[in-house]
Amino acid sequence: MKPVLEIENLRVGFADGTAAVRGVSLKVARGETHCLVGESGCGKSVTALSTMNLLARGARRSADVMRFHDYDLTSLSDRDMARLRGDKIAMIFQEPMTSLNPAYTIGSQMAEVLERHRRVSRAKGLERAADLLGRVGITAPGMRLAQYPHQLSGGLRQRVMIAMALMCEPELLIADEPTTALDVTVQAQILRLLQELQRELGLALLLITHDLGIVARMAQRVSVMYAGQVVESGSAEALFRAPTHPYTRGLLACVPIPGKTPRDQPLGSIPGVVPRIGPGFVGCAFRDRCAHAEPACGGTVPRRTVAADHDAVCTMVPA
Amino acid sequence: MLQFLLRRAVLALSVCLTVLVVAFALTRLSGDLAVSIAGPNATSEDVATIRKNYGLDRPLPVQFVDWAANAASGDLGRSYLYRAPVSGLIRERLPITLGLGLSGLTIALLTAIPLGILSAMREGTLLDRAIGLVALLGQAMPSFWLGLILVIWFGLKLQWLPISGVDTWQGYIMPGTVLAFSAIPALMRLTRAGMIEALSSDYIRTARAKGLSTASIVLKHALRNAAMPVVSVAAVQLGFMLGGSIVIETVFALHGVGYLAWESISKNDFPVVQAVVLLLAMIYIGLTLLADTMNAVLDPRLRAG
Amino acid sequence: MNARTVSAGLGVSIVGFLLLVALTAGWIAPHDPFEQDLMKRMIPPAWMDGGSVEHLLGTDQLGRDYLSRLIYGARISLLIGTLTVVTSGLIGTALGVVGGYFGGRTDDIVMFVITCRLAIPLILVALTVVALIGSSLTVVVLTLGLLLWERFAVVARTTTMQVRNLDYVAAARAAGASTPHILLREILPNIMTHLVVVATLEMALAILLEAALSFLGLGVPPPLPSWGLMIAEGKDYMFFSPWVIVVPGVALFVLVFGINLLGDGLRDFLGVSQRR
Ligand SMILES: Nc1ncnc2c1ncn2[C@@H]1O[C@H](COP(=O)(O)OP(=O)(O)O)[C@@H](O)[C@H]1O
Ligand SMILES: [Mg+2]
Repeated sequence: MKPVLEIENLRVGFADGTAAVRGVSLKVARGETHCLVGESGCGKSVTALSTMNLLARGARRSADVMRFHDYDLTSLSDRDMARLRGDKIAMIFQEPMTSLNPAYTIGSQMAEVLERHRRVSRAKGLERAADLLGRVGITAPGMRLAQYPHQLSGGLRQRVMIAMALMCEPELLIADEPTTALDVTVQAQILRLLQELQRELGLALLLITHDLGIVARMAQRVSVMYAGQVVESGSAEALFRAPTHPYTRGLLACVPIPGKTPRDQPLGSIPGVVPRIGPGFVGCAFRDRCAHAEPACGGTVPRRTVAADHDAVCTMVPA
Repeated sequence: MLQFLLRRAVLALSVCLTVLVVAFALTRLSGDLAVSIAGPNATSEDVATIRKNYGLDRPLPVQFVDWAANAASGDLGRSYLYRAPVSGLIRERLPITLGLGLSGLTIALLTAIPLGILSAMREGTLLDRAIGLVALLGQAMPSFWLGLILVIWFGLKLQWLPISGVDTWQGYIMPGTVLAFSAIPALMRLTRAGMIEALSSDYIRTARAKGLSTASIVLKHALRNAAMPVVSVAAVQLGFMLGGSIVIETVFALHGVGYLAWESISKNDFPVVQAVVLLLAMIYIGLTLLADTMNAVLDPRLRAG
Repeated sequence: MNARTVSAGLGVSIVGFLLLVALTAGWIAPHDPFEQDLMKRMIPPAWMDGGSVEHLLGTDQLGRDYLSRLIYGARISLLIGTLTVVTSGLIGTALGVVGGYFGGRTDDIVMFVITCRLAIPLILVALTVVALIGSSLTVVVLTLGLLLWERFAVVARTTTMQVRNLDYVAAARAAGASTPHILLREILPNIMTHLVVVATLEMALAILLEAALSFLGLGVPPPLPSWGLMIAEGKDYMFFSPWVIVVPGVALFVLVFGINLLGDGLRDFLGVSQRR
């Protein structure tokens, strides 16, 4: 089946010389959850924002392929891209506390999405907003519509963000760490909600997280990102069965996975931090933190197939 | 909210009272008011008569309480110069000054806000710098001088606009522009700073992710949040403009409150001076209260808190 | 070299040049600025018809050399600007630091005084005071100085609040330093950069206000060559000889513009965040 979103060799550089994304490729199919996972600062948000064409001014983006259905996102005009955003592609963010405009009511902010893309009246927009608020588990939706963001808790605001993203029945939903800022219990509720909605609506979901626990629970496909590259990708099943890249294995050691991590085993952590990559960098960016580093890691490391539907960028994978 | 308003009202009242004292004390600075009123050619008998007629022979606190009590009931005394009630004089001339202040504010806002928005949207570019430079130039312009230059140029050379008087609305254009000049730099910088902050906020990213048009993102979502400090400062600036109208009304020979005040100052007509000081102070206090109220309307968080 | 450096450099040059002119007025002025010659009234500047090199910028309605008056006028503007800022800076800083450091009731009182000052119409009160006491340079300086302190107070107050809780102030307090010592030795040096930036703004404002007062006939008394007074005196002739008001107006404008550029440059250079 043709993927809903297809990206090949995406590169993003900033004016200060940072190469934030260096050749990312990924596909998301209808009804599939694709998790993009990696530590903070490795380029997940930049990947998501460049898909939406929401990068800050001064950022340069290039890709061999960047396709949403039949739209070529690399050549789409700003105006046409804006028509796609909020309509067929929607996005929710990490910061529910600040992502809603403090000056307008929930209802107004939700309804304007439908007004913009479907040219309907405010009343129709509010009607749909109320429906969706109910759908994301908010009680008394009619009352909530008239409230302002500051009157809602973080969890509620993230539900509002999700409902708002669904206003036009998008086909692709990009969720950038949607639960990171929330309490653990609220986190679980929001994830369950996303799961239900996705099944129900057949959404293609690109879920960004730094938490492998969430990946284990949600993903059909996984791309592990490190320093602007996807270092390992594959089906969730294959990846958890045989994690290959030392970085993936390091991440796995950091989280308890229900049923996989023995209860008494201490959690590990990877020493060191994600390096900032300038232009012209070669070799494996993880080699300074890697226990298995060898001289070959300083040269160009090719992407190799580990198994069917599972590949990694590491010299340890046999050619 | 109610408590907040109450506190503000008490504060406003105490400020009014203080200004009342200052206005009164101000005119007693010279020592003997009667001598000033009588003028240089008066005999000592004239001075004595004046002192008696105007009640200046009473102790100062008595004079003050008398004046303040009358002022509170709307009686601002009689003008020595016009031999008429001060309140009537002011009522007659206030519309011109208010018209001047409002046209100044309108021109200032219509210039400063678009320029500030443009500057913010093009932050760091040549255009941004150019707009900043224009603001700096405007800030350095002596207003009375600018008024004279405009009179020479547009009034006399080109004959586009009347050089004095406000018989038609065109009469407000030049003095309004001159008044606006003093307010534009501050308002523009504030709009720019507020818009830069708003445009880089998370909710603007959300608005863009929703696919909204640039107009809606900038004018609806960002400007609404950047507007609050602009509203506060605009109110304050209107107060300053009304105060500054004394210079502008003199330049353009407009017979408003400012002109009246200037006349009274140069002719020692102190009841009028006191009254105008008091009036301008009260307008200023009223404007800051109005700004607070408008901010509460603009910001739902203030409304609740 | 970026645009900021260029504009700051321009500001320094303008202010520096005018300062030099003011200081050396006695040597560089071609004529006595007070000497009248009724036979030579309203001679236009040298580049206009009827102008002469003897009076580069022409003469005024009393036949006084305009360039010389302009040169001496720089003295008045800069003198009044500086003295006013010193006066108002002392008042405002004292109020602001005290309010910001002690907080509570004291701060409430300081805020109240600031609010009252803002409510009082500046020009009107200044005019009244000068009218009552009589116009002189000292009266103008004192009047403006006593009125223009509120921005110093506001900035001193907020910056003091920020500095008050920093480690070294707490350390000084713990070491038993006296309050005056803390205020003068620990707080003041640390808020000085902010105050310097305010001082440039206020100086520009004071110079403009002096000109406005003099223009209205209640500032610097004639025959002193204040630029504002020169504009007032030229006003009756401006329709036929616009240069009589253009020349002093441009001088005033350039000086104030230079001070503002300098202020912006200082703000960047000293790393003071912008908030007006
Ligand atoms: N506007 C920007 N300008 C310069 N560098 C940026 C910008 N946005 C992100 N970066 C850099 O790009 C890298 C990736 O950031 P990001 O995608 O936000 O990481 P994360 O994986 O945590 O979402 C980081 O090193 C970050 O500093
Ligand atoms: Mg991120």
